[in-house]
Amino acid sequence: MARLLPRKDVVIMGLGWTGAVLAQELTDAGLDVVAIERGPWRDTATDFNIGYMPDELRFSVRKELFLSPVVEAMTMRNNADQVALPMRDYGSFLPGHGVGGAGVHWNGYVWRFFGSDFQLKTHLSKRYGARRVSELQLEDWGVSYDELEHCFDRFEYLTGTSGKAGNLKGQKIEGGNVFEDARARDYPTPPLKMPYAAALFMETARGLGLHPFPAPAANLSQPYVNPLGVAMGQCTYCGFCERFGCANYSKATPQTTILPVLMKKKNFEARTECEVLKINLHPDGKTASGVIYVDRSGEEYEQPADIILLCGYGLMNVRMLLLSGIGKAYDATTGEGTVGRNYCYQTQGAGVRLIFEGKHFNPFIGTGALAAVIDDFNGDAFDHSSLDFVGGAGISCGTSNGRPIGYRPTPQGTPRWGAKWKKAVAETYQNTMGIGAQGSSYPVRGNYLDLDPTYKDRFGRPLLRVTFDFPDNDLRMANYMSGQLTKIGRAMNPRELTVSHAGKGWNSVPYQTTHNTGGATMGANPRTSVVNRYLQSWDVSNLFVIGASAFQNNAGKNPTGTVGALAYWAAEAIRDRYLKKPGALVGT
Amino acid sequence: MLRGQKPSRRRFLASASALPILAITGHAQAANISGHLPWEAFAGEPPRPVNPMGWYFFTPAEATTVEAIVDRLIPADHLSVGGKDAGCAIFIDRQLAGSFGKSSRLYMKGPFAKGLPTQGYQAELTPAARYRDGLRALEAHVRGAHGKGFAQLSGEQQDEILAGLESGKIELKLAPGLSTRGFFDLVLENTMEGFFADPLYGGNKGLAGWKLVGFPGARYDYRDHVDKHNVPYPRGPVSIYGET
Repeated sequence: MARLLPRKDVVIMGLGWTGAVLAQELTDAGLDVVAIERGPWRDTATDFNIGYMPDELRFSVRKELFLSPVVEAMTMRNNADQVALPMRDYGSFLPGHGVGGAGVHWNGYVWRFFGSDFQLKTHLSKRYGARRVSELQLEDWGVSYDELEHCFDRFEYLTGTSGKAGNLKGQKIEGGNVFEDARARDYPTPPLKMPYAAALFMETARGLGLHPFPAPAANLSQPYVNPLGVAMGQCTYCGFCERFGCANYSKATPQTTILPVLMKKKNFEARTECEVLKINLHPDGKTASGVIYVDRSGEEYEQPADIILLCGYGLMNVRMLLLSGIGKAYDATTGEGTVGRNYCYQTQGAGVRLIFEGKHFNPFIGTGALAAVIDDFNGDAFDHSSLDFVGGAGISCGTSNGRPIGYRPTPQGTPRWGAKWKKAVAETYQNTMGIGAQGSSYPVRGNYLDLDPTYKDRFGRPLLRVTFDFPDNDLRMANYMSGQLTKIGRAMNPRELTVSHAGKGWNSVPYQTTHNTGGATMGANPRTSVVNRYLQSWDVSNLFVIGASAFQNNAGKNPTGTVGALAYWAAEAIRDRYLKKPGALVGT
Repeated sequence: MLRGQKPSRRRFLASASALPILAITGHAQAANISGHLPWEAFAGEPPRPVNPMGWYFFTPAEATTVEAIVDRLIPADHLSVGGKDAGCAIFIDRQLAGSFGKSSRLYMKGPFAKGLPTQGYQAELTPAARYRDGLRALEAHVRGAHGKGFAQLSGEQQDEILAGLESGKIELKLAPGLSTRGFFDLVLENTMEGFFADPLYGGNKGLAGWKLVGFPGARYDYRDHVDKHNVPYPRGPVSIYGET
């Protein structure tokens, strides 16, 4: 029997980026907020200690800061004809764990999705005709870029993002991303210094008539004090960024931007090492009464609250809805139901690797989001009329690290061991650079999330089952990118150029990206979305589901900037609309 | 994750507490945090360098074989010491004796089914068990084919066997669900980890791996060099414990 705790105004599940933003905003609005976090408390001085953070084996290879499958695993298969099996170790993607969530060990890219991404169905149908996108299960998000612009701005200024505007109130600015939608003001801090590989790439891209710019990075180019009064330091390009906690207070994380203010508030409380088992509903099923959670000793508690915020990693949000019986689970055979629908990933796989002679790229001088990018072939920035796909990719040359357990390039045909390998790796390490394409991922009927029928977690609850393969449209897109990358790579005149292609059969083993989106999507139609335009559950009006789970499609960009914007968007809706008149904010 | 480490604040709380959560509210160590940042002195978990003496997991015979293997995967030459002198076998031994060897982070609930390549490793055996099984099977194969142990063969013969494991030319008689290539890949991966990890884990002795490629190790500030394009970095490697 769960022990009943005193009621709170708000209970938040998960204290990562979205949980921290919502907690900060709603405590400011005077609400009494408790956040329930499955993992441990983590802070910079203790857990990301400068004395031992630069440890590739411990943090990158053995993945100490990530979610362990023993805590929560997922099963996977490429299609419904296969039997899903558990990913016994996480490989293709690495969810976060503990206070700060994946916001601790992310790279730090802070992108704004294109305006067209939020109305993809309408936009593409209008431009190319509905038949062109009939193989996809596209939906509009029910919110526009213009509505979200100030929310993107808030997240960029919260995180101190370093970058250069390319479209200031409609005025295109050379050197920034001229394909971005209009922004009201520039980034809070200037771009990072470009390393050698990125500088070469930019020069070559410019020569080809393309539009390179420095990626917007939450690894700060200079010291910064954010609007909450929290001070951050200058990035040292240490090369122990993604997969690590920042020891230098220079990568934006909940720890370095919000928690120093939030944790001191009397109307906020964090309960760590406590895992929510389910969301409880009132007998009418239309509102939630609170959550049941279990602490580290195994004791169960019931936390009643007026507002319930599901702020876990996107995949976990979907699983929590399914475990709690909220909404109608998606059925891929009939196309009915919404929870688990429109799961998307990111179409990686297109890339080129260039090996030169006599260069010193110093790949170890890097940081998570240190990259030069072109968006000339991203989203719908280029005309698809005569192409056999929709969507695109951000093409980038990044230098995040040269950590040698993971980064040991050798020329084609080199053995993997022995004297020849040694000679090759010694020669190639300093002479190699790469250019990659981060491709959009669009929904199709057969890609979805549901509960696994066989495998259970440590509490006996079904694991989430991921059924996913790269849609043909996305593979055609990636193939086109391999061609573009080859052109750029050849123009750089390397000794050896290796092209990689994306292919069918998503593999859960090698790392690709932790950009899992959808499953609890937002939209204007309750038959094709789980939450409305304010991220409020269509079924349970005091429940908001916040995260990349709301995306109807994934762009050729890292998702966190858009996740942060949606968090502020939802917080404003709760504060300005819901509190004044609790209930459904959008009629059905 | 390391042997003999004192339990940290977080580990202690995760494993011990039978206390109901409300009873410790407001305590500095509580998981119930409000009104302050719960920082406390000496709560971190610095790594402890492995003790280089003896074997924790391998039997002496296994250790001899593994030392011979790592010394062929990374042979000694004018570029660096070999895998044995770099401590790769010690590294693997300590890893197998610890959390990695036991798969303690991983999802190890059944049923165990034969998966597709896209579904990753699906057998029930931990890395420690795979080494035990694989080394037994390798020794049996080598004795059958050559009449002596792997470590007693010439370097050339050893290379031929390793290449056979890698290519599938040699099929070891392994426990159900395990593949010869899988065993080879595991050993190769762990050998490379040992050669390139911080030396506190037992490998990369004398920073041999880092010197081979020119990785400066646990340096922390490259602001003075990031825009010095195509200029060699002037400082050599340093380890977490300050070895240079």
